Order: sequence, then structure tokens, then C-alpha cells
Amino acid sequence: MKQDPINQPLSGQIKPPYSGYTSSKEAILQAEKVSVFYGSYLAVRDVFLDIETNKITAFIGPSGCGKSTLLRCFNRLNDLILGARVEGSIKFQGENLYDKKFDRKIEEVRRRIGMVFQKPTPFSKSIYENIAFGAKINGYQGDMDELVERSLRQAALWDEVKDKLKQSGLSLSGGQQQRLCIARAIAVQPDVILMDEPCSALDPISTLRIEDLLHELKEQYTIVIVTHNMQQASRVSDMTAFFNVEPTDKGGRMGYLVEYDRTEVIFQSPKEESTREYVSGRFG
Amino acid sequence: MTSKEPKLFANESSESDSLFKASLPFRYNLDKVFAIVTWAATLSGLIVLGILLIDILIDGFSRLDWSFITSYPSRRAASAGILSPLVGSIWILVVTALIAFPLGVGAGIYLEEYSNDNWFTRLVEINIANLAAVPSIIYGLLGLQVFVRWFQPITNGRSILSGALTLALLILPIIIIGTREALRTVPSSLRQAGFALGATRWQVIREHVFPLALPGILTGTILALSRAIGETAPLIVIGALTFITFLPSISPQGLQSPFTVLPIQIYDWVSRPQVEFHNNAASGIIVLMLLLLVMNATAIFLRNKFQKSR
Repeated sequence: MKQDPINQPLSGQIKPPYSGYTSSKEAILQAEKVSVFYGSYLAVRDVFLDIETNKITAFIGPSGCGKSTLLRCFNRLNDLILGARVEGSIKFQGENLYDKKFDRKIEEVRRRIGMVFQKPTPFSKSIYENIAFGAKINGYQGDMDELVERSLRQAALWDEVKDKLKQSGLSLSGGQQQRLCIARAIAVQPDVILMDEPCSALDPISTLRIEDLLHELKEQYTIVIVTHNMQQASRVSDMTAFFNVEPTDKGGRMGYLVEYDRTEVIFQSPKEESTREYVSGRFG
Repeated sequence: MTSKEPKLFANESSESDSLFKASLPFRYNLDKVFAIVTWAATLSGLIVLGILLIDILIDGFSRLDWSFITSYPSRRAASAGILSPLVGSIWILVVTALIAFPLGVGAGIYLEEYSNDNWFTRLVEINIANLAAVPSIIYGLLGLQVFVRWFQPITNGRSILSGALTLALLILPIIIIGTREALRTVPSSLRQAGFALGATRWQVIREHVFPLALPGILTGTILALSRAIGETAPLIVIGALTFITFLPSISPQGLQSPFTVLPIQIYDWVSRPQVEFHNNAASGIIVLMLLLLVMNATAIFLRNKFQKSR
């Protein structure tokens, strides 16, 4: 049966408005009826989504469909944007992150749910300090040298930088900078790593290195990756969520989740027409 | 391309080429005209400055020697020196910087990094922008009432502290605006990266935002101080003297002593009828300009030093 999420009432019975939804006990992050507003402007509507532990979940969809916006709800980074408001609940290991009790513990949440951004953003400090910063501010008690080495090894960067840890993080190439950012995210030992188009500013070789890295990292971490690159989504991810965008009455654009399933289902036999058109490159 | 000019390419007579008229000679000439106009605009400022400098140097250079710098003002032009105003200016400068830097930078950080966009901050912003344009004599009148009269027990009236507080108020808006602009040049992606690791706002500011903004903040502050050092009107209003024959002690009590500064001494000498005093004034101007030069050089040095250490 095909459902049109736009015609679903905003309130009322909570019903997952897309194909393939199954609530999973393995889920580490659970979005339930999540809507994101900027002021009175509705950016993303009624998302139900379970992110499974130790899997790579890809968010795909055309520009403006709210996939990055939704990603930033998982570590409450949208809190920093004036007027941004999230409705519904996002449960992390069963606890609603938007519960009041997390308002003054959000830094602890962000340590457990790390993030890597579209543009590499190394701090203007040494490579060593780039890694050590997150651990320091979160009161890491262990051996810092060992943590730096382990994080850089996990990010497949150690061999390239082990002799120049004192150099500025900005002296590295773009691909190395992005792996530094991944190492930095790993260093605070998160459970989840959110990645917002991590390869879109990189050349194909650097991109492949990071994709290889993702396969290794999912042994230990749950990864959510937003990407515009459909080949990338099909290469790296276990699960894929397709988002689409619809114009609203007020002239705005509103994103919603169309379909969420195992990656091979999304790419080979999607249930929705718009998904099939998007993954086959016919629009978007 | 007009038909008179020789062909550049073999297929030039094709139809699409006839739609374009390059008129390159005309465009090149226009280019040259504007290069000359902007060059002349630059030069006119430089010429005026050069004439001023040469005139001052001719008048003042003969009086400029070590004894001019180490002597106190005197009724006799030949033995009058600039020691107390020079020391007074340096005192005022240091105390003003100590007051205005933490206040201005603090306010700038609050407005740029902490405050929300509500009616209160917007009111503050509009007022700061307006305060930067208030004539300095108004600050002098304010300082006279508040610092000289009301705060008399602390400032001891017409003292270095009163003068420095007044000038600090005067340059506060400039430092706040400069700080905010320097903070704005730090990309927000860096702040987000800090927050995403679990840093609090203060940790992000201290570790990532402030170090990157510091060269800009320092440059802005030193330029603001350069303005303070040239200010005369507000210090005349709060009662800086022109005839000081002692130096304030290097102690908290020094803050409460009466003072004079270079611009006031220069003003005093210029307004006397004797030519000798006019030459003294010219020498004083050279000293003041050297002080300004040192400050601006410091600003450039600090900026380069902090930028290199990135």
C-alpha cells in the first residue's frame, strides 16, 4: 500500500508514514515523529527512524530535504541555531535527548554522539592538540599520548603524521584534515558518529580512503552518514533512508522521510516510485 | 571587431563575430584613466601628509634633543621640555588600556558569542554604535561630573585616574565594535566543531575562537588607544593642567596625582605669542608622532606574531 505522507494529519495517531518501517530492538537512536521548525517554518516533518547499532546508515535525498537538519538533531546541534525547535522525541539508548533533564547535560550527550562535518574543520592547533582537546575538556583521566596514537591509528592517519604531531592541523591536505577530524571524534570514545557529507570537499582518492575507514569503524561505532553521492551510499551503507522535499502552502519547502530500508532494497527494489526515480538518477 | 582591424583568427568573418564589437582600445584607455584617477587620489592624501611632516620637522627639529625630552615645562622657551607631558601621556595610555581592554573585549565577547538576539541586545548595539560617534568633549563633561566630582574620594579629582577613566569610556565603543568584528571573522564551523566534541561555550571561546580573533582584537585596541593618546578636549574639560613640574610616583598613589599630556602641552605652547614656543610645539608634535608610530608598529608586530603562531 502506498501512503502519501503529505496528506497525513499532523496530529492524531502516530503512524510511521513511510514504507519499510519496523521498530527494532537493536536501535541505538530512535526518532519518533520528529519535526524540526525554524521559527514558524517547518523544515522536516514527522520522521520515524531507527538507527541500528554498529551499522552504517546513509541519509540520501535532494537538496533541502532536511537530511542534514535531522542529523543535527541527534546531537542537539540545532540548539545553537536561533529559533530552531524540535518536536517529537529522539531516543538515545532509550532516553529522550530532548527531555529537560538533558538540557544541562548536553555536553555529555555530544561526547557520546560525535560529529564530522562537510568541510574539514581542524582547530588551529597542533595535530596532537587537535586530538587531545576533546579528551581534555571531557576530563579524560587516561594516558593522553596513548589516546592520541590510538585515535590516529583508528583513523588511518598515524603513519602519515607520527613524525609531525607538533605541526598545525591546518598544514595537512584536505583528505588528511578530514581523517584528523574523524580521529578527533573517535578520541572522545563516542557510541555514534554522525557524518554530514564528509567527503563532498575531497578528491576521489581521499574519498575512497575514508570509505574504507568507515567499514573498519563500524565494528566499534554506529555511523550515520549524510551524502549526496549515491554510489557512496550504496558502497558504504547497510541501511539507507531516502528523504524528499515538498513545497508547502506558505511557499516554503518541507522535507520528509519517504523510505527506509536495507541499502540493497532501496537501490534495487524500492517500494516507492520517487525513491526509484531518485536512486536511478532521474531527478534530484 | 571593426573591419579596419586585421583579422586575428581565420574564421573571423563568421556571422556570430559580427554581433560583438570588442572596442578594445577604448576599454584599455578607460582602464588607464581609472588607474590614474585612483593613483591621484592616493597621492593627494600622501602629499598633504608629507607637507605637514616636512613643515613640522623644519620648525621642530632644531629644538629636538635629549634635554628637550628630559626637562620639565618652563616659562623660558629655551629651557622648556616635554618630560612631564610625555610621562603623563604614557601613564594615561597604560591606565586607559588596562581599563578599556578587559571591559571592551568582555562586552564584545558577550554581545557576539553569548547574547541572544532580543530587544535588549539590539538596544545595546544601537547605543554602542551611537556612542562611537559622540563628540569627545561630551565624554569630557561626563568625566568631569562622574569621575572628578562624584568619585572624588577614589580618583582624587583631577587626576590620572579620572583622565584614564574618561578616555577609557571614549574608546570603549571602538574596542567593542573591533572585538565583535574580529570574532565574526572566525568561521562558525569551528565553533560547531568544538560544541560537537562536548565543549561548553566558554571552552570553545577560550580555546578556538579567542586565539584566532586575538590579532584583530589587538589591532583594534591599539588603534583605539592611538585615538585616545591624541585626545585633548575631554582632558581639558576634566582639568588636566599644563604646568606640571613633577612626575607621578610609580605606585597606586601615582594614579591620583594631577597630570598633563602631550596634546595639551602642544596646545598650550601653540597658543602663546612667542615664536620660540611655537618651535617647542613642533618638537612636541614630533615626539607625539613618534609615540604613535611606536604604537602602530607594535600593533603590526603583535598581529604578525600571533598570525604566524597559528
